[in-house]
Amino acid sequence: MSYSRVKHLCDTALLGRVLQFKVCRRKMPGYNMSYRVLRPRWMKCLPVLSSSFRSLSTQPAKDGVDLSKFPVDKIRNFCIIAHIDHGKSTLADRLLEMTGAIAKTEKNKQVLDKLQVERERGITVKAQTASLFYSHDRQEYLLNLIDTPGHVDFSYEVSRSLSACQGVLLIIDANQGIQAQTVANFYLAFEAQLTIIPVINKIDLKNADPERVESQIEKVFDIPREECIRISAKLGTNVETVLQAVVERIPPPAGSIDDPFKALVFDSNFDHYRGVVANIAVFGGRVKKGDKIVSAYLCKTYEVNELGLLRPEEHPTQKLFAGQVGYIVAGMKDVKEAQIGDTLYHQEQPVEAHPGFKPAKAMVFAGMYPMDQSEYPALRSAIERLTLNDSSVTVQRDSSLALGAGWRLGFLGLLHMEVFNQRLEQEYNASVIVTAPTVPYKAVLSSAKLIKEHGSEELTIVNPAQFPDRSVVSEYLEPMVLGTILAPETHTGKIMSLCLSRRAVQKNMVYIDDQRVMMKYLFPLNEIVVDFYDLLKSLSSGYASFDYENAGYQTADLIKMDILLNGRPVEELTTIVHRDRAYSTGKAMCERLKESIPRQMFEIAVQAAIGSKVIARETIKAYRKNVLAKCYGGDITRKMKLLKKQADGKKKMRRIGNVEVPKDAFISVLKRKEK
Amino acid sequence: MLKYIFREVSRGFSPGLRRFSDVKVTENVAESPAFPHLIEQASLYLHWPYCLRRCTYCNFNKYIPKEDNEDIMAKCLQRETETLLQLSQVSCITSVFFGGGTPSLAHPSTIAKILETVSNQVYLSDEAEVTLEVNPTPVGMSKLKDFHFAGVNRFSIGVQSLQDEHLKSLGRDHSSLEALQTLEEARRLCPGGVSVDIMFGRPEQTIESWSNELSEMLRVCDDHVSLYQLTLERGTQLFKQVHCGQVTMPTEEMTAEMYRCARKTLQQHGFQQYEVSNFAKNNSQSRHNLSYWKGKQYIGVGPGAHGRFVPLGEGGAAREARTQTLEPDVWIREVQQRGHGTRRRIQLGHLELLGEVLVMGMRMTKGINHKHWELFNPELGLHEIFGASPVVQELLQSGQLILDDRGLRCSWDGLALLDSILPILLLELDKQSFPKAAS
Repeated sequence: MSYSRVKHLCDTALLGRVLQFKVCRRKMPGYNMSYRVLRPRWMKCLPVLSSSFRSLSTQPAKDGVDLSKFPVDKIRNFCIIAHIDHGKSTLADRLLEMTGAIAKTEKNKQVLDKLQVERERGITVKAQTASLFYSHDRQEYLLNLIDTPGHVDFSYEVSRSLSACQGVLLIIDANQGIQAQTVANFYLAFEAQLTIIPVINKIDLKNADPERVESQIEKVFDIPREECIRISAKLGTNVETVLQAVVERIPPPAGSIDDPFKALVFDSNFDHYRGVVANIAVFGGRVKKGDKIVSAYLCKTYEVNELGLLRPEEHPTQKLFAGQVGYIVAGMKDVKEAQIGDTLYHQEQPVEAHPGFKPAKAMVFAGMYPMDQSEYPALRSAIERLTLNDSSVTVQRDSSLALGAGWRLGFLGLLHMEVFNQRLEQEYNASVIVTAPTVPYKAVLSSAKLIKEHGSEELTIVNPAQFPDRSVVSEYLEPMVLGTILAPETHTGKIMSLCLSRRAVQKNMVYIDDQRVMMKYLFPLNEIVVDFYDLLKSLSSGYASFDYENAGYQTADLIKMDILLNGRPVEELTTIVHRDRAYSTGKAMCERLKESIPRQMFEIAVQAAIGSKVIARETIKAYRKNVLAKCYGGDITRKMKLLKKQADGKKKMRRIGNVEVPKDAFISVLKRKEK
Repeated sequence: MLKYIFREVSRGFSPGLRRFSDVKVTENVAESPAFPHLIEQASLYLHWPYCLRRCTYCNFNKYIPKEDNEDIMAKCLQRETETLLQLSQVSCITSVFFGGGTPSLAHPSTIAKILETVSNQVYLSDEAEVTLEVNPTPVGMSKLKDFHFAGVNRFSIGVQSLQDEHLKSLGRDHSSLEALQTLEEARRLCPGGVSVDIMFGRPEQTIESWSNELSEMLRVCDDHVSLYQLTLERGTQLFKQVHCGQVTMPTEEMTAEMYRCARKTLQQHGFQQYEVSNFAKNNSQSRHNLSYWKGKQYIGVGPGAHGRFVPLGEGGAAREARTQTLEPDVWIREVQQRGHGTRRRIQLGHLELLGEVLVMGMRMTKGINHKHWELFNPELGLHEIFGASPVVQELLQSGQLILDDRGLRCSWDGLALLDSILPILLLELDKQSFPKAAS
């Protein structure tokens, strides 16, 4: 793939990424190496689930898979990428059925979506893996399928999945055609120099128009229409062709069985019985039970107790060979021992460690506190385990006067935060309070005494409660990002006003063809962390795409805004805000609180204030009547139960002065608006 | 199918069959420090499960009768009364209440037989309050005299509304004229012993129309008024109508105003509010209902009836919450087979009992006095439980709750917010009774 080819695409295609930047980076010497050698696949399973897998895995493999008969040229690593709801999970189900990985039944719906939250929300959060056995031209192949998440918040996960593969199936809905996420995903795959197989799905739909989609693909991606495969994953139509294409078009992974053993840890999870189960990609050599292996990061030696394939359940084997991916249990007791990105090698044959995966870009920081301080240790271990399965979350200890000890976590976006929260509750039965999302601000201290106290002139403010007063600060700084927006020309007016309302400064604007415009803006990070993406997408019908890179810090007129309930500040809702945005932010927060705090026996004033000055107010009217009209000797048991429930509910509420605030109120103030 | 209603009223029984004795009835146990009275006496509730039709708002336990089974029903109600009186070992029934369903559909002789059964077994004073719920239909009215003769001395008339179009949309089977005629007849029979039920918060009702209606009601009613807010219950026809937007209910603001306005109007007309939804003048409070709110024992007889008493006859020592089998046919079979149709018995723990005493007692304008509380909880007084709590202090300071030498009660404003106050009090009761568990 040459630079000019990329350039050509710039002119013709819908661009989802900051191309100039990406292209330069790819030309960095040595960088390509990591693309060629990385081929992890990875699977996310819950600790709860893994313990149930154990019953499966302890049984000897009945079909006795001999992995030595799969040299690298009989292995294909691929993943499925698509815009949300274009059908990747359904196609994955069909592929699993056809290769006998799962039984063919009516019930196979999104087999790889294991998390409760995934099934509930219809999204894939954690990418999953399944090894498939497939015969083609009397040859047995090992196909490693990696399912990927579809939401933008998880594009980091998509890029990790991609780096594990040599090819992708790019699924496009035959009715909807190319969408923003399709473009973004295409470029991720394209930049990783992967073979792209376009698959047009849902051809059984009444409004399906595969011809139109094929011309879109030809025009936008410069892929000949003959390469497109038309399928219906739901009905199974033509899915066999997809498997054939995987074998014929996608190149096998590099690496040799004769090299020293070298494997990359690309995922891990914790099992109560066996300890850490690490998912690895073998880049060279072989590994078997009993081998002594070393973690390059910790320089610790472990003995391999168990290893095998993921199909998608754990399936023990004797050995794993170069090009293959699987799981390994090696007596690691602590989740911290299996760092994602770490390299494993044989004790006797040290190898050069792989460069680790690039760290996830946390866009939203929020405090998380246990509902009750007695739940702190339980919540700590739950967060530890969840972050092991989701390395994109950054964790920092924090504490609040009102909420006690907790953490400040960094997430990729608000959906990511909600999903994390939901998983904590569903999988670990932990209830948490989440505070307002923020970005890290800085304050330049003015007094020598304070500088001495803090040990430096600059103070980073992670928690709004620590915001130093104006009087001791010479200036405040806020993090900036250089954002790039690509959109059809017809939407530029609306997008420009959106950016202006977000305090963004336009840096340049280029027509990349006669219809599409690329704009660069310098944004305060704070302005894009919450709902910018959603707004941008909705006002451009999903056709605008957005990416950003860090652009350092800039002076800003920042103030601390308090939210008051009947005059008492609500610490967890304190917000650092730019002076120009104080009124609109304060007003919006008051409105949300009004909606989510139930009426009480007295009037509640919900106010936003800067210092002693109230800048916005909402009023929650008092209950005038709240009494059950009829109550005799009938079923007072029912009435008592209801009252008991209310009394118990009171225990869980936060009291701010005399006002009772349900936990949901905090979350709904922070949460993105329902679409 | 209505033939049993028209059957000639049998007069072959005497209303004066009650056993006389020189046992003195303690009318108000709460006033008496003698704890044993709590378990020596009870009130009696009888449930008549049948209705002629289903009101659109009602989710009560009621059935449209398929056939005339009045004789069987009467026998079973008597049988269960006998069994449960025996089980409770009470020596005195302080009041009887026939509720439903539509108990005025029952034959007066059925009522007479049941009262006879009670009198034969325990002391039932001639003065004891015997209430019957009446549907103000011409048929109901024609039987009032016979009900009175059978021993009923108080009628509770389900007038609900004086607006014919509202009565129709609520699915009631009477007109406002019929209601007025029934009321007149009842007052003639039991002067000072007639209560009217009236409903507010009805669909399409305005504050003005409610106010007019109430004034009209006050011109014709006797000494007792029960005021109900129509509550939308799941599973009723009205619930469906409201949810598909055919019918709109008044807003919370409006019903609060209706309640406030009614309380004021009734007060101006000499009616004293003595409970959340009950008003009386000339000392005509419902003794029966007061005994519920004062936490006294009651025995529930009939399908789906609830009771609260100590089954001394079985050697029980704790009060039980008892529920009879819901479906009339099943209940009948059970009573025939084993003398009663008790479906569920739950022993009330001390804290649960106190919770009920609190929840029921606070419904009265007089609230719970110290003696009343001491009767149930001699160890810990009201001041000790509630006095120190900052949350309760807030309620006292805001004037919604009163805790003084008399006891604990809601203020005029506080009573309208009782359901917000009760969880707070229950939580305090919990904390003080089990300080360790709560902390």
